[in-house]
Amino acid sequence: MDDLRKAAETNIKEYGFPVAIDEKSGALQWVDMRDLHLKYVISIENIQNFYEGLREGKLLATKCKKCGELFFPPQKDCPKCMDDDMEWVELKNEGVLETLTVIFVRPPSFASYDPYTVAIARLDDGVKITAWLKGDPQKVRPGQRVKVEVSKRKEGYLMYEIVPVEG
Amino acid sequence: MAVAIIGAGQSKFGTRKDVNVAELAWEAVKPAMQSANVEQKDIDFMVVGTAGMWSSEAAVPALMYEYGKFEDVGSMRVEAACATGNAAIRVGYTAIESGEADVVLVLGVEKMQESPNPTVIELIGRFGSYFWEFENFGLTFPGYYALHATAYMAKYGATEEDFARVAVKNHHYGAKNPYAQFQREISLEKALNSPYVAWPFKLFDCSPITDGSAAVILASEEKVKEWGIEEKIWILGQGVGTGTANLSRRESFTSLRSAAYAAEVAYKKAGIDMDAPYKYLDGADVHDCFTAAEVIAYEDLRFAKRGEGVQLVREEQTYIGGRIPVNVDGGLKAKGHPIGATGVSQAVEAWKQLLSKAENGRQVDVKNGRYLAHNVGGTGHYSYVTIYGLEKR
Ligand SMILES: [Zn+2]
Repeated sequence: MDDLRKAAETNIKEYGFPVAIDEKSGALQWVDMRDLHLKYVISIENIQNFYEGLREGKLLATKCKKCGELFFPPQKDCPKCMDDDMEWVELKNEGVLETLTVIFVRPPSFASYDPYTVAIARLDDGVKITAWLKGDPQKVRPGQRVKVEVSKRKEGYLMYEIVPVEG
Repeated sequence: MAVAIIGAGQSKFGTRKDVNVAELAWEAVKPAMQSANVEQKDIDFMVVGTAGMWSSEAAVPALMYEYGKFEDVGSMRVEAACATGNAAIRVGYTAIESGEADVVLVLGVEKMQESPNPTVIELIGRFGSYFWEFENFGLTFPGYYALHATAYMAKYGATEEDFARVAVKNHHYGAKNPYAQFQREISLEKALNSPYVAWPFKLFDCSPITDGSAAVILASEEKVKEWGIEEKIWILGQGVGTGTANLSRRESFTSLRSAAYAAEVAYKKAGIDMDAPYKYLDGADVHDCFTAAEVIAYEDLRFAKRGEGVQLVREEQTYIGGRIPVNVDGGLKAKGHPIGATGVSQAVEAWKQLLSKAENGRQVDVKNGRYLAHNVGGTGHYSYVTIYGLEKR
């Protein structure tokens, strides 16, 4: 795309338009001069406690005070009781690995990372959690005992990881 | 009110730098209108399935209204991730069924290659649950389905080679389809030796990034009679299911519950026995965005019992002549996967197969007069199962 953009800039001078030839097909392309950058701002106002918990090394979920259902990812409302009377509870940070994959072809926004392993584990409370798996993915299998640990990303902020339990 | 497809058309799928969005869409609309023998003034309603984002034009219904010189017609744009095309069919079908419209043009179009590949990968990754899966952990689209594939391998003993055989089959038929993106066969070895995208998926386990369009003309039973239309197929039933946004909220990773539900609804509406539905069908197009997804689809659609879908692959039961031919147009894998066009293209394929218009080497035997299409959006977020038939129910 950068090559096309360069060609278009040159061609504005030569031909009078931001155009470029597609290498494979030879077809003439207009190279859009309008850039679009997307960056979202997402409210975490009602799940602040989750992030407070991570700062203390704890993994928190919401629990409906009426029916007792656990919600992870945490949510503000219990749709069953049509109520939002929730409490924050600490999850058991151990469980069983359910499935995993290793992402080789990364999105550009994750390009600074080496291939990473994403896993889903079922915690002993019954809820499931998606996170990166720490360690060699070839040494684990579904059914393996794992724990969830709070760690730091290379950008410097906190996240949580699934870590195999030895033995 | 019964609803028929009275005309169908599609563009060549692939890298289409030679046309813009409107020109690409017209390549499907024109043959659909010509085969239905309808004119612009006959169309009451126009539904356009397009996921967009990667291409420049957002208001495609109006773009096509202008380009195709339509007049006095209602229109809307529909999106349901990779099931966008079948969602568009759903809107057209229910519009006629309810008596709101008599003749509907359903168009699916996507020009994904107007954006560079890295941008498209970035955008498709967001078809899971954005915040908890993509923003935090960079789950790509192949990654979502790979989580299913590894769970299936662990539970039922399937191998990477089993999955590669699905790609070999779909390329075998893609080679016979002049509208397919990839019209060449591949060897098992070539599939197995391609680089990893998201383990256990390699390049040849993944459907490509594609430009393409497909269109059908839907008409009410009344119009079919009034016009004396002979070449037509009927929509016998359609089921729609919804899944959770987060994969972590799913009970199982070896099935898509939304698809199994959609299949049940569709079979019930079409009067098909759920114990052995394949005995009622001549073939099926299933959503093979990734090879393992095709195997899981066999089970969600009850072509095989749980855990036995992989046996169909090993025994080549989904080739023509087997238990049920699947994706003999090349599937998403070889025909290509222009998101909004895929579901409509499955309807075009049902039309071609049931009316015995498919190309040499990929025409199924039409004995039961019924064809099935299975179209999944996101990672099972939206599932559509549609059953088409030569005879009205
Ligand atoms: Zn409750």
